[in-house]
Amino acid sequence: MSNYTDIIASCQGKKGGIIEAFHAIQEQYNYIPEEALKEAAKHFGIPEAQAYGVATFYSYLSVEKRGRYIIRMCESAPCHVAGADELLKEMESILGIKVGETTADGKFTLELTECIGQCQATPVITINSEPHFDVNKAKLAEILASCK
Amino acid sequence: MAEEQRVILEYADKIDPKKADDYIKVGGYKGLEKARSMDRKALIDEVKKSGLRGRGGAGFNAGMKWSFVPIKDEDRYVVCNFDEGEPGTYKDRIICEKNAQALLEGMAICGAAIASKQGYIYCRGEYPFVVKMLREAIKSAKDSGALGDFDIEVRMGAGAYVCGEETALIESIEGHRGEPRFKPPFPGVAGLWAQPTVVNNVETFACLPYIMTNGADWFAGIGAAKYPGTKVLTLTGDVENATYFEVPTNYMLRDVVYKLGGGVKGGKKFKAVQVGGTSGAFIPEQNLDTQIDFDSMSAIGAALGSGAVFVMDETRDIVDIVTRISKFFEHESCGKCNPCREGTWRCREIMEKINAGKASQKDIDNLMLLSRVMKNAALCGLGQAAPIPIDSTLEHFGYEYSRKIV
Ligand SMILES: Cc1cc2nc3c(=O)[nH]c(=O)nc-3n(C[C@H](O)[C@H](O)[C@H](O)COP(=O)(O)O)c2cc1C
Ligand code: SF4
Ligand code: FES
Repeated sequence: MSNYTDIIASCQGKKGGIIEAFHAIQEQYNYIPEEALKEAAKHFGIPEAQAYGVATFYSYLSVEKRGRYIIRMCESAPCHVAGADELLKEMESILGIKVGETTADGKFTLELTECIGQCQATPVITINSEPHFDVNKAKLAEILASCK
Repeated sequence: MAEEQRVILEYADKIDPKKADDYIKVGGYKGLEKARSMDRKALIDEVKKSGLRGRGGAGFNAGMKWSFVPIKDEDRYVVCNFDEGEPGTYKDRIICEKNAQALLEGMAICGAAIASKQGYIYCRGEYPFVVKMLREAIKSAKDSGALGDFDIEVRMGAGAYVCGEETALIESIEGHRGEPRFKPPFPGVAGLWAQPTVVNNVETFACLPYIMTNGADWFAGIGAAKYPGTKVLTLTGDVENATYFEVPTNYMLRDVVYKLGGGVKGGKKFKAVQVGGTSGAFIPEQNLDTQIDFDSMSAIGAALGSGAVFVMDETRDIVDIVTRISKFFEHESCGKCNPCREGTWRCREIMEKINAGKASQKDIDNLMLLSRVMKNAALCGLGQAAPIPIDSTLEHFGYEYSRKIV
């Protein structure tokens, strides 16, 4: 695992590249740790408050610690009519957590998202950004079991 | 007429979008060669003459937009809007996954027209695998020499629908919160890093190689006269064939649902179709005999928008769906201006009350008033469009609301 100083430095030449840096940090850590955010602010020459303002504006970025597997459930209209609500209830009951929470073992975080552009096969969830299609209860169990 | 007409997607799954050579073998990069041999003004005139209008929603004439860009000694930028956040839309992803080189060529053609050497593709954060593919495609195009001295960098969004608005998108590339700017100045005059910038949609750019190789008149002759060319549509909801299609712009909406879509799923009856994504109007059965082009859709109070087509069958609860949509807008409002920040919040609150069967006629009256304020006073298209699903369903599906009113 490379440390965040190196990650940030690799984006430094990019004008306006702080969001790219946040993406790279998040890919390593699954969220943006406070120290990394401070470091990025310093590198890009902006106040910490501003860097925090940027990181928290975007729903794809998180400044809160998250689990190893981030599950995002699409709730936009096409997924909604395809049964997203029931699927969400199912997930909450299997994982024993509510939306926005992380399981006690730090394995799963459950989040909602708007359309992720895979509406040919609704309902859709993503696990660490990888989409899973036409998800139903049976498939869900399989997908979760494959997360080691 | 119920056939697809594939221009951008003609070689879908037959060529590798990452490989410039594959694309060159089927005639690629000839358009750019021609564009570069032309005088800048003649090139812009050719694009104007083709009648190509923006595929990102606003339908502005592309050549006209380019003609506003002042050519002084400063830098100019070509920016591709690949934010694609409108729910039910995935056509720009399909275009990239099937024919990424056409997008790159289109951007370089724009670069030739406004004397710019630098392009940016702003791709939504939900498509990291497409970003990777695009970077390979760019490398291949650069290595083959096809792009010449035109460079393209891919930047990633991070889950904010409002960043599809062109000035918010520019803010985001600059590394800021994606809040829309006041206009004017328009990006054509002061855009990215305050330099003149053209922002066009993926599909708009991808049309350009074909316009240059086949000529403006050829393009102007396809589909509807005032919004010529083809359009890639994505079908979702209760249709048999929930997939993508490319059709000429004079294609009928009824045929989209019943011929391409294969009709309503499970033999059920049709109730409504929402075109253009979540910010589009709900269209009832009696308006299905309309061409999908920009102006025909506007004439029935709807919009072609992104080309998303969301079909709902007779069993669907319109009020429930609109309630869900109102939550989308509340969530995506950037909060910069009051009518939208407060308005989307109130819309969602009232819609939930109606959906729960706890609202009265007074709430509906308030909702309609609020809608008028938002349409007139919101700073950007998000706040202005947020009440459209509500208004259009109150107009065409009023009985669904009456049912839930106490
Ligand atoms: C809230 C909002 C979201 C938008 N999202 C997109 C989008 O995802 N893709 C896009 O091309 N245009 C989007 N637009 C339209 C752009 O502001 C702009 O008009 C477009 O990129 C211009 O390109 P075109 O002329 O080629 O259509 C959006 C506009 C608004 C107000
Ligand atoms: S209309 Fe909404 S999204 Fe647009 S600037 Fe105002 S608050 Fe932001
Ligand atoms: S609506 Fe869920 S992926 Fe598009």
